[in-house]
Amino acid sequence: MTKPELLVTPQSVEHVKALLEAGADAFVLGEQQFGLRLAGDFTVDDVREATALIHAAGKKVYVAVNAIFHNDRLDALDVYLQQMQQIGVDALLFGDPAVVVAVRELGITIPLHWSPETIATNWFQANYWGERGATRAVLARELSLEEVLECKEHANVEIEVQVHGMTCMFQSKRSLLGNYFLFRDEVMEVENRKENRNMFLHDKERKNKYPIYEDVNGTHIFSPNDMCIIDELGELFEAGIDSLKFDAVLQDFDYTVNVTNLYRQAIDAYFDEGEDAYEDIKDDLLAQIEAMQPALRPLDTGFIFKETVY
Amino acid sequence: MLQLIQNEKIRSVVDGKTVITKKPELLAPAGSLEKLKVAVHYGADAVFIGGQEFGLRSNAGNFTIDEMREGVEFAKQYGAVIYVTTNIFAHNENMDGLTEYLQAIEGAGVRGIIVADPLIIETCRKAAPKLEIHLSTQQSLSNWKAVKYWKQEGLHRVVLAREVGGEEMRKMKEEVDIEIEAFVHGAMCIAYSGRCVLSNHMTARDSNRGGCCQSCRWDYDLYENNDGEEVALFTEQDAPFAMSPKDLKLIESIPHMIELGIDSLKVEGRMKSIHYVATVISVYRKVIDAYCADPENFTIKREWLEELDRCANRETASSFFLDEPGHEQQMFGAEAARTKNAAWDFAGVVMDYDAATQMVTLQQRNFFRPGDTIEFFGPEITSFQMTVGEIFDDNGESLDAARHPLSIVRFKVDQPLYPNNMMRKELKKS
Repeated sequence: MTKPELLVTPQSVEHVKALLEAGADAFVLGEQQFGLRLAGDFTVDDVREATALIHAAGKKVYVAVNAIFHNDRLDALDVYLQQMQQIGVDALLFGDPAVVVAVRELGITIPLHWSPETIATNWFQANYWGERGATRAVLARELSLEEVLECKEHANVEIEVQVHGMTCMFQSKRSLLGNYFLFRDEVMEVENRKENRNMFLHDKERKNKYPIYEDVNGTHIFSPNDMCIIDELGELFEAGIDSLKFDAVLQDFDYTVNVTNLYRQAIDAYFDEGEDAYEDIKDDLLAQIEAMQPALRPLDTGFIFKETVY
Repeated sequence: MLQLIQNEKIRSVVDGKTVITKKPELLAPAGSLEKLKVAVHYGADAVFIGGQEFGLRSNAGNFTIDEMREGVEFAKQYGAVIYVTTNIFAHNENMDGLTEYLQAIEGAGVRGIIVADPLIIETCRKAAPKLEIHLSTQQSLSNWKAVKYWKQEGLHRVVLAREVGGEEMRKMKEEVDIEIEAFVHGAMCIAYSGRCVLSNHMTARDSNRGGCCQSCRWDYDLYENNDGEEVALFTEQDAPFAMSPKDLKLIESIPHMIELGIDSLKVEGRMKSIHYVATVISVYRKVIDAYCADPENFTIKREWLEELDRCANRETASSFFLDEPGHEQQMFGAEAARTKNAAWDFAGVVMDYDAATQMVTLQQRNFFRPGDTIEFFGPEITSFQMTVGEIFDDNGESLDAARHPLSIVRFKVDQPLYPNNMMRKELKKS
């Protein structure tokens, strides 16, 4: 059995260094003009610097170009893709088919990871994009464990699954926070809060708190809980899931490093020492995460054990 | 702001007069066979319907294969066509039965399917090759290079994301030769369609398989997390945070849509009433026909706008078509809760008209009584208003009012009417 990759989203070049120390195998980074809901904004120079560090450590770097593009960003996308080719990053995350067309036309040879988030719901689509240049499918976080395992069984591409962190549940192109302040005639608030990533919506009926922020891609709203399945990784390991992701958007610098290290321990225990070693430590790993967890961010297991109806 | 630029490719001069030669399709929603027939009768060139599987709106009326066949046959008499929405994003468990289902739709004579998931696209191509494949708005198609992708994949038509503006559509049409369908009227998602799973999180219902419970239209309170301390970003006087968009209405931009060369103009609302479908479709029909017949002398008539408003129960806006929408295109607080009170209400459907006696036979759909102001409309007539006189039941007995839904009543109308003309009544100002 091969060890799954431990993938994390860094905030900065400094963060990359700390996360390499903590045991990350791969990184998703980029800038918000091209990538969605990133933990930090990396300029092209930052990407170059981070790539040098990551490659020196023998690890992988993936750049997010998974925005929903409008016409006005396509030219910049072409330039950016060529810069990424020149830097030599290991993969590009995409959701918009415009990226597939651009990559073909520009002769870009970087592998693609299909990562449209909510709509990556079945193995057929994973293989469909595989036939069009993707080497990996990043599954929707709304799938159950059973669905994930079935996707892996039928997929001809690598499968990546989120195991930790919050998930996006809504993206609007509209400036919903700005509009709310403008409706209240509070123009100053619009400017003051543009970069603010500490706001949340309170749902009184469900007693939930949903993080919300705006950027150039619109308004993003996130799950009320951080998913955490550090103690439920056995079946994913056994199935040979290729990459386990900790999406660290909106998480604290140190928290991200520490959680990454705990997942490192989980993976190493299972693959270096055996299933029993993982079983022995998993409850303790979970307890350590629970102890670090901010009060406003309860843990849950996402949709791994939750059925949805329709 | 979007400019109206004459498109030479879609016009020609006939007898010294400019006419539009490329008339866009007017595409109507229908949640039932009755609504489908009304839509076609009132001027739709095409109707989209849901089947019993693989479609969103699991609580909209959905068609059996036999009903689809009947709808197709009915539409054919008018030269209209039917599309079926199969626009879920499937989970593994939804794959079974897809081939047979698509073949049955094809066998029913349906023109095409509206689809988001490549699973259904590829299955359709193999199993039911006669069906046109239209990419659903669920794929959030927002740029011309992605349009080019779907063209290369052999799709017949793409439905754009609701976030695409008129200028962006112009570029798409210039760059790619493919049919483009755009929304012109109806309710909107505030999120990119397909990129919202609020329902999954809040109610465990899968929005991308038809379970959307419109959580976006609920009220929320906005806070800031200030180092663990929760600070309210509103006062008692402020309306709560809301995301409810005004409904789309592009009636006045139809000339823009036509000049852009958009191939299909889509009205949303499979759950709406026959009165809504008839009103909206008949007004858009008039506007499209009038512009195409004489674009140089076209002006939008006030009576058309007023007529369209008679079935509106929410505020409307132009969304992304002309420019980026601001806060005035959303509804907050009391405004969001308030449904606009339409001044008119649907009251009945004409079954028959006896020219000799000038008596109309009407199926009642809402209470009315002698003295009420009513209006008749329909494709064969020019809308007219009158006051209701004495009303009779179908045994000729005089009634004090038409009280019972679906009951048959008769009264005198001195202008000719035709079956399926509709009657609405003016609501008394309270």
